[in-house]
Amino acid sequence: MATTAIKADQLTTASGAAPPLAELLKAPTGISGLDEVTGGGLPRGRPTLLCGPAGCGKTLLAMEFLIRGISRFDEPGVFMAFEESAEDLVANVASLGFDLAQCEADGQLVVEHVDLLGGEMEVTGDWDLGGLFLRLGAAIDAVGAKRVVIDTIETLFGAFSNTAVLRSELRRLFGWLKDRGVTAVITGERGDGTLTRYGIEEYVSDCVIVLDHRVTEQTSTRRLRILKYRGSLHGTNEYPFLIGESGVSVLPITSPGLRNSASTQRTSTGVARLDAMLGNGGFYKGSTVLVNGTAGTGKSTLAAQFCDATCSRGDRALYFAFGESEAEIVRNMSSVGIDLRRWVDAGLLQFRCSRPSVLGLEAHLFAMQKFADEFDPAVVVMDPVSDLLRIGTGADVSAMLTRQVDFLKAKGVTALFTSLSSAAEPAQADQQIASLVDTWLLVKTMEGNGEHNRVLYVLKSRGMAHSNQIREFLLTDQGIELADVYVGPQGVLTGSARQAQEAQERFDGNAWLEDLEQRRVNLERRREAVEAQTAALWREFEDEADIVGRLLSHGSIGVEDRAGQRAEQGRLRRADTDEPAYIAHPSDIGGVK
Amino acid sequence: MNVINHPNVVIAPAEEVWHLRLYVAGQSPKSLHAIANLTTLCEEHLTGHYEIEIIDLIENPSLARSDEIVAIPTLVRLLPPPLRKIIGDLSNTERVLVGLRLQPDTSR
Repeated sequence: MATTAIKADQLTTASGAAPPLAELLKAPTGISGLDEVTGGGLPRGRPTLLCGPAGCGKTLLAMEFLIRGISRFDEPGVFMAFEESAEDLVANVASLGFDLAQCEADGQLVVEHVDLLGGEMEVTGDWDLGGLFLRLGAAIDAVGAKRVVIDTIETLFGAFSNTAVLRSELRRLFGWLKDRGVTAVITGERGDGTLTRYGIEEYVSDCVIVLDHRVTEQTSTRRLRILKYRGSLHGTNEYPFLIGESGVSVLPITSPGLRNSASTQRTSTGVARLDAMLGNGGFYKGSTVLVNGTAGTGKSTLAAQFCDATCSRGDRALYFAFGESEAEIVRNMSSVGIDLRRWVDAGLLQFRCSRPSVLGLEAHLFAMQKFADEFDPAVVVMDPVSDLLRIGTGADVSAMLTRQVDFLKAKGVTALFTSLSSAAEPAQADQQIASLVDTWLLVKTMEGNGEHNRVLYVLKSRGMAHSNQIREFLLTDQGIELADVYVGPQGVLTGSARQAQEAQERFDGNAWLEDLEQRRVNLERRREAVEAQTAALWREFEDEADIVGRLLSHGSIGVEDRAGQRAEQGRLRRADTDEPAYIAHPSDIGGVK
Repeated sequence: MNVINHPNVVIAPAEEVWHLRLYVAGQSPKSLHAIANLTTLCEEHLTGHYEIEIIDLIENPSLARSDEIVAIPTLVRLLPPPLRKIIGDLSNTERVLVGLRLQPDTSR
């Protein structure tokens, strides 16, 4: 098992190409997260000091180290308790599912309680802690222990007044533990300005882990820090940890590896046009989606529609709500035609509603992961993640969400987070988780014409040819619909401006048709006029032709007559004329106008 | 020295048997000193009415657990009650007598 532990060089981004030389051997703790931040566990065969104030979880962490050693790594252990009796210990850790009595019966564990409450002891000369050594030695031999916990050795300082002897004896004890080759965890109470009350950190120099228990804004968070780890790289941050139903869980800020598989399967968003915007098909299965927007932009509705689509495919969806109750969500969504009740009744949809301030961030995370494990959903919704900022800083929330994303991705669950942002400044959480999400939808309102209208666009979507267009986001009786927006000289038009634009375009279209009709009618009229004119011309022509015909038939007689007359007139006038006097005007030919 | 009126001091009556147990670890100098010192002290102060039981924890390590022994050497006064524990090689006779309540504590 030890070989599967993450090696130290994987934790940091150091070049790490050179093969490690004589690497420090480590004993994996089996505590989730702790092996990651220690780069594989505690120094094997050496003592580790675990210190912190009262109630920070020292005893529990140390006990889990032993129990995991027994159950996972087949390393028997000895728990030497100075404070609690064996019976108390058994009862206290039973709540975390550790069965000490069974381990003891199996010969894997010795719980050695050292009772120092026998009153003050008279010191009469030279002494040593030989009895303690013998007892510890006997206990180690009894089970062949590889792991030893001493909790809390500083209690000895209360029982023995001669601290000089005690210090030299403790130094001897730690040396002796090293010689025995056991991996030891020694707990110490936090002192005033020092790590431990009696400064025993001087003697334990290989690895020092500090636990802390702080209350920030009424929310208590336990934190763990590796102060020192001689000969090993380690995470240097303060890591939140929590004590859950199955022991201690340390939450590293960074996960050691990104080894999630990537599905090419798509899962519909429930909104056909949104699927189309995401390059036909919707979100990738197992991807992380952030729907970000200002208040009242329909983020939850989008989430609900996604759940609805998921459930109608027969998959399960888990909805974590931080702002509304199940009944409220179901009612509100029914107003836009999304019937979630039927899926809840069918057991396909589960709501987990709680105010963020009920638990600390880590406890929320823990609870969510537990529910997700139990329900095994295809889709998880967290609505809205920005509410978590009330109980933690942006960095804390981002760390928690990172952890959540990793967890969900490992399970192949598609996650949809909504996030509320104010128009002025994007929410802190968004900035922090921007790189975590695969698809980022932005919903916002556009103000204009005395109204707010919702628009949606795809800010980013990894690995798909997504639309770059803004769509108007409409909440109808049948859920969400996306409409085209109009882009004109005045910018993007939405809402009534869009409707006005549509009407205008319709009107403009009609006008054009009317115009065409008018022109057609005009043309027709013109044709009629032309035909009439043509007919008139033909008639004129025919009349003229008729006249000309008639004139031609009478011409021979006339010419002779006129020639006679002209001759006569010439004679009378004593002059000649070239002009044929009988055609004085063209109109004289026809007689018709 | 007004010993008799001191409330914490038991002047052992001759008929009462003192039962003392000394826990040691092997034949270390501390153990040997403790045994020698205890024998001398008992002969002097509890002449004839004491019993000393010496337990070597290296031979019987399990007794360290059952009798709650941490430091070595440890002297336990089993009788008369109450039970009292004294640690060290018993070289400081006065502190041993104080511890056994055979002498008042004048140091405080």
